[in-house]
Amino acid sequence: MKPAHAGDSARFDALASSNYKYGFVTPVETEVAPRGLDENTIRFISAKREEPEWLLEWRLGALRRWRTMNEPAWARVKYPPIDYQGISYFAAPKQERKPRNLSEVDAELLRTYSKLGIPLEEQEMLAGIKPRVAVDAVFDSVSVATTYKKHLEEMGIVFCSISEAVLRYPDLVRLYLGSVVPPEDNFFAALNSAVFTDGSFVYVPEGVRCPMDLSTYFRINAAGTGQFERTLIIAGKGSEVSYLEGCTAPKRDENQLHAAVVELVALEEAHIRYATVQNWYPGDAEGKGGIYNFVTKRGLCRGENSRISWTQVETGSAITWKYPSCVLEGDGSAGEFYSVAVTNNRQQADTGTKMIHIGKNTRSTIISKGISAGHAQNTYRGLVKILPAADGARNKTQCDSLLIGASCGAHTSPRIESRNPSARVEHEATASRISEEQMFYCRQRGLDPEDAMSLIVNGFCREVLRKLPMEFAVEAQKLVEISLEGSVG
Amino acid sequence: MVSIHPSHTEKETEKETEKEKNGALLVIEGLRAAIDGREILKGLDLSLPAGEVHAIMGPNGSGKSTLAYAIAGKPGVIITGGSISFMGRDLLALPPEQRAAEGVFLAFQYPVEIPGVTNLSLLKAAVNALRKARGENELDSLDFMDLVHGKAAALGINGEMLDRSVNAGFSGGEKKRNEALQMALLEPSLCLLDETDSGLDIDALKVVAETVNAMRSPRRSMLVITHYQRLLDYIKPDRVHVLAEGRIALSGGAELALRLEEQGYAEVNGGGAGKATA
Repeated sequence: MKPAHAGDSARFDALASSNYKYGFVTPVETEVAPRGLDENTIRFISAKREEPEWLLEWRLGALRRWRTMNEPAWARVKYPPIDYQGISYFAAPKQERKPRNLSEVDAELLRTYSKLGIPLEEQEMLAGIKPRVAVDAVFDSVSVATTYKKHLEEMGIVFCSISEAVLRYPDLVRLYLGSVVPPEDNFFAALNSAVFTDGSFVYVPEGVRCPMDLSTYFRINAAGTGQFERTLIIAGKGSEVSYLEGCTAPKRDENQLHAAVVELVALEEAHIRYATVQNWYPGDAEGKGGIYNFVTKRGLCRGENSRISWTQVETGSAITWKYPSCVLEGDGSAGEFYSVAVTNNRQQADTGTKMIHIGKNTRSTIISKGISAGHAQNTYRGLVKILPAADGARNKTQCDSLLIGASCGAHTSPRIESRNPSARVEHEATASRISEEQMFYCRQRGLDPEDAMSLIVNGFCREVLRKLPMEFAVEAQKLVEISLEGSVG
Repeated sequence: MVSIHPSHTEKETEKETEKEKNGALLVIEGLRAAIDGREILKGLDLSLPAGEVHAIMGPNGSGKSTLAYAIAGKPGVIITGGSISFMGRDLLALPPEQRAAEGVFLAFQYPVEIPGVTNLSLLKAAVNALRKARGENELDSLDFMDLVHGKAAALGINGEMLDRSVNAGFSGGEKKRNEALQMALLEPSLCLLDETDSGLDIDALKVVAETVNAMRSPRRSMLVITHYQRLLDYIKPDRVHVLAEGRIALSGGAELALRLEEQGYAEVNGGGAGKATA
């Protein structure tokens, strides 16, 4: 098979106008489940994935719980009621049989990932030259390819789609699925538990340091659907893994729902780094269309001295509702949350983190940078909770907001609950505008207004962006700039 | 305009004036400027020949900084009349960044803090923006670092200061040395030094003055704005202009600054400015 290259996809360019480069639709025949959600929908999804009985029961249980729950109303976001019966919960490209390797994957899909800049070709393993990233590509409801799987397996590392993991590693999945985010955790987590489709599964065994970054690229393609992926990462004692996720979607006038659940488990001395560059379609300048990104992400530092770091760059989505959190159970464990959230035009973001200190001498660090432009609303919402047994717990929170223009809003809702007198909690918050003086100073030095603003904004985010793996940081920086295009008055 | 025809005396005189104007790097005529609806400059005339250093002195509120801002194109300084011509170009028609590309540099009285943006990244962005605007190749990191470190050392600016956020937490002296570094790197043809001596102790003042003096060249002009004579002990001006109530009230040689130091600005404020022109 010929490898896909950029020239093949030139025709997509006509479809993708303005500054959202990823708004094209892949012309691929898709099997879509009938709209609506009931027990039959669940059975349909479960059957499609050839799941064991226990998982079907687990899903049905989640559906029953979900029906008794209410959509959360506390976030500072506004949207019309979602018709959950008007969504299709499963969409997958049609294929004769499941592709066994890359050469069996539909050429149209390969072209899509090539156009998105996601490498699905495995490079030869040469001495001294190591590939830097392995990719799991999720297209609507299914994983279409995962690279370097074999290479990783040789080291005992499992990196595959969650549906494959359910079949091949049922004991691990059964042990950990829902152990960090139980189905009844919240409305969207319950919905996800009932209908979840693909996402990634990672298991790093004791003492292994994953030699390359693992990454999942999520793509929504089909109309009238939602994406409900589930990701589960388990890092064994003393292991280390760095995981990245990216996501994009076509430009459409409809709002599409993305309700994911991500669970991380770090055993003793393990370190998980989880980075997100979220670039779902944000809607147009008037607020029409765009993804509702309602996501539950939580990591459990179960073992002593374990560590989980969340880094997120949120530039997309019409609405973001997302609080990647850490439960610091093991003594001496550490949680980190580094976030840049950019909202422009009519975007709304309510995002932040929860750090729950349970073990002794647990530490958490929160650095949040919110940038708001146009008519956007950007809220940081955080909770630092120190439980009675968490002697010597420490938290440091820094929360900065930058406003561009006069019609946007930045809000901060930090909450601190300390039930241990030995805990030390520090909170710092700033809100600023890009001042005329700063702009003039840069322009006097020769920078045009766009470059001046990019420079100032990048400076504002620098602390967080440099937490990302290098290639990602460059990409994220560009994304932040593109997201703010047109916001200079 | 150069005439190839011989002409009589009157024409000769006219030509002379014309030539002088053409020789001037910066020609300001009848400049009126307002901030927040209040007129600050009220018909200012000034001609700055290439290679000369002129000092602008005057009491507080006389419009010295407004003049610098008007030349650099600060938004909010509204030009209500007159013209500014720079190397024959209408400066008022250009946005600030294009004026910078033409060679106008303003050393700010109060350099602006930009948290998170390292000094080095601003310097690199500025150097390359100007090179690009002038159709030159952008410098790569290595060439740029060579360029910066040489100039920074002369001003006593170390690597640590280059890595800090632009002006954030800098002392007054550090800020002004940083302005001088930017000026040295960008090699402008017109330097506007706005109260460069404020916030400087005597040692820092000497260091900055050295950089400024080293940059004096037949192809570069400077407008040194200052309230006090002190700076002019170190940067010797070719001419001194006194600004009062939005106009040049008095012009003279370097000795005018000394006289003002002794007698204050009362002479200017007292009127009869035109007669006192030396």
